Amino acid sequence: MSVPSSDSETQTWWQRIADSDVFYSFTHSPLALAAAAVTVVFVLAALCAPLIAPFDPFDPSQISLWDGKKPPAWEADGDPAYLLGTDNQGRDMLSTILYGGRISLAVGFASVALGMVLGVGLGVISGYLGGWFDAVIMRLADVQLTIPGILTAILINGILRSVLPPELRDELAIYVVILAIGLSDWPQFARVARGATLVEAQREYVQAARVIGLGPVTIMLRHILPNVMRPVLVLATIGLALAVIAEATLSFLGQGVPPTTPSLGTLIRVGNEYLFSGLWWITLFPALALVILVLAVNLLGDWLRDALNPKLR
Amino acid sequence: MLAFVLRRLLQALGVMAIVSFISFSLFNYVGDPVDNMVGQEATMEDRLRIRQELGLEDPFVLQYVRFVGNALQGEFGISYRIKRPVAAVILERIPATLELVFVSAIIALGLGIPLGVLTGIKRDSFVSKAVLTVSLVGVSLPTFIIGIGLIYLFAVYLGWLPSSGRGGVVQFGWWKTSFLTVDGWRSIVLPALTLSLFQLTMILRLVRAEMLEVMLTDYIKFSRARGLPERIINFSHALRNTLVPVITIVGINIGGLIAFSVITETVFQWPGTGLMFIQAVDFVDIPIMAAYLCFVALVFVTINFIVDIAYFMIDPRLRNDGGH
Repeated sequence: MSVPSSDSETQTWWQRIADSDVFYSFTHSPLALAAAAVTVVFVLAALCAPLIAPFDPFDPSQISLWDGKKPPAWEADGDPAYLLGTDNQGRDMLSTILYGGRISLAVGFASVALGMVLGVGLGVISGYLGGWFDAVIMRLADVQLTIPGILTAILINGILRSVLPPELRDELAIYVVILAIGLSDWPQFARVARGATLVEAQREYVQAARVIGLGPVTIMLRHILPNVMRPVLVLATIGLALAVIAEATLSFLGQGVPPTTPSLGTLIRVGNEYLFSGLWWITLFPALALVILVLAVNLLGDWLRDALNPKLR
Repeated sequence: MLAFVLRRLLQALGVMAIVSFISFSLFNYVGDPVDNMVGQEATMEDRLRIRQELGLEDPFVLQYVRFVGNALQGEFGISYRIKRPVAAVILERIPATLELVFVSAIIALGLGIPLGVLTGIKRDSFVSKAVLTVSLVGVSLPTFIIGIGLIYLFAVYLGWLPSSGRGGVVQFGWWKTSFLTVDGWRSIVLPALTLSLFQLTMILRLVRAEMLEVMLTDYIKFSRARGLPERIINFSHALRNTLVPVITIVGINIGGLIAFSVITETVFQWPGTGLMFIQAVDFVDIPIMAAYLCFVALVFVTINFIVDIAYFMIDPRLRNDGGH
């Protein structure tokens, strides 16, 4: 957009990014750089968990109850093999956190993607078509927005779980959680996408596209959609932090991911039972990982919102 | 005015109709209600007879109308797990949730508004910056982690306060209160603090933002020029004008408190409606779940309705065009 048109064809996409205002603002904000670095480390650690984790917490042959409840390595009876100590079943905390973060992030990304696709899709169609479709969808969004997202997620999750037969409940838990969180955050995306669509639909390029006889589907997908993605991106970043919290909360309440494939929330839940016996590390380290991850993603979202807001330049 | 109220009322009824429909579907189509009432040895004839007695063979619309009729009378059937009428179970648990929400709201308002005014007036002072930084952390921390942290610090490590339950309660008719015993007050501190923290930071930030804006207006400058004392300018001129948005947000946030009470009650094993819902989900206790769904929807619809009307009465600009 701000790139001069004369040489834009010779520029690579990387150069275009490097020349953009947003990139400039990014490299000149230490907080954004730090938050991005922490987020990237978390995502990489989650992707490479099987490669970098010292143990495989899902492999029974690597777990021994004799090694259970060991404090972190720097404590008096710590074992250097277990840097962050072990849980009640003798699983290495560092490894379970790496694998848990993997599940937390996967659920977070998947549910934001679901909410985004659903919300942006409905929002763009609402804004472009208007009429009764718009009225119904927006009323629905209004109603859902009056109830906090986390409560909607808890309610949807509870209903879906009770619909499932008991033997499938643990097996499908992850998908139920993704569905519940995704369905709880679509209205935000729908509102933002609709608002942006209303503006874009009045622009000349859309009128031109209509004049040359393009269908509404093509116009919405190829012309309007790319131009409403800026505000959606900000929402998605903050939404990721909220989704990770929502997943952790559901799992902590015992309504989410089961202990056989623990997420960070499940780990905190399990650890919480040992808090009273003084085994603080089983809770503290997963909780710390969760808080740092959420804080980093939140800061990144805050920065992105300011960077993409032309009024604040 | 009347048209506006009627329209809002109609919308509220629409929402309740949708929620009651979801809860009715849950009630009738999840699992077999008859399975939960008869044993394994019941014959097909027995089942059919019970189905007819319960009206499960009636047309769909008739069943729904009957469900709504019963719900309006507070009749949600018998809990599958504890074998008692759902209405009685909920009624018994409502005081615990309301008392928790009440104390949390007091904490959130009692600390949030003064701190918001303070950080709004003295925006560059060290205290303001410290308060704002802490509040940023408060927004980012998930509720249950705050709860665990407080339990560890005050209940496990220091041993000052109990970590779960309501402590001693005194019964007034059907209302059990924990406000009349020292033990009850000690028990409510940690859960109320946990629940209030998020709302506190929200109110603090809102009041601060409003104060910053109001302090720049002409009438504040004029008051200062007149030589009015700072205290009167800050509290009776500036704060009063920030309260309109604050009141509406606070109204909506009371609903937020009830939502987050599900989490707080589970962390502290507080015997309120939120904990009841989570336990109901664990045991697939459909009648309780269905009733809780309607209860929560009713709370939110009522609060929104009141906030809408209050907004309408406070802001005269909304009145001219019928309020839309």
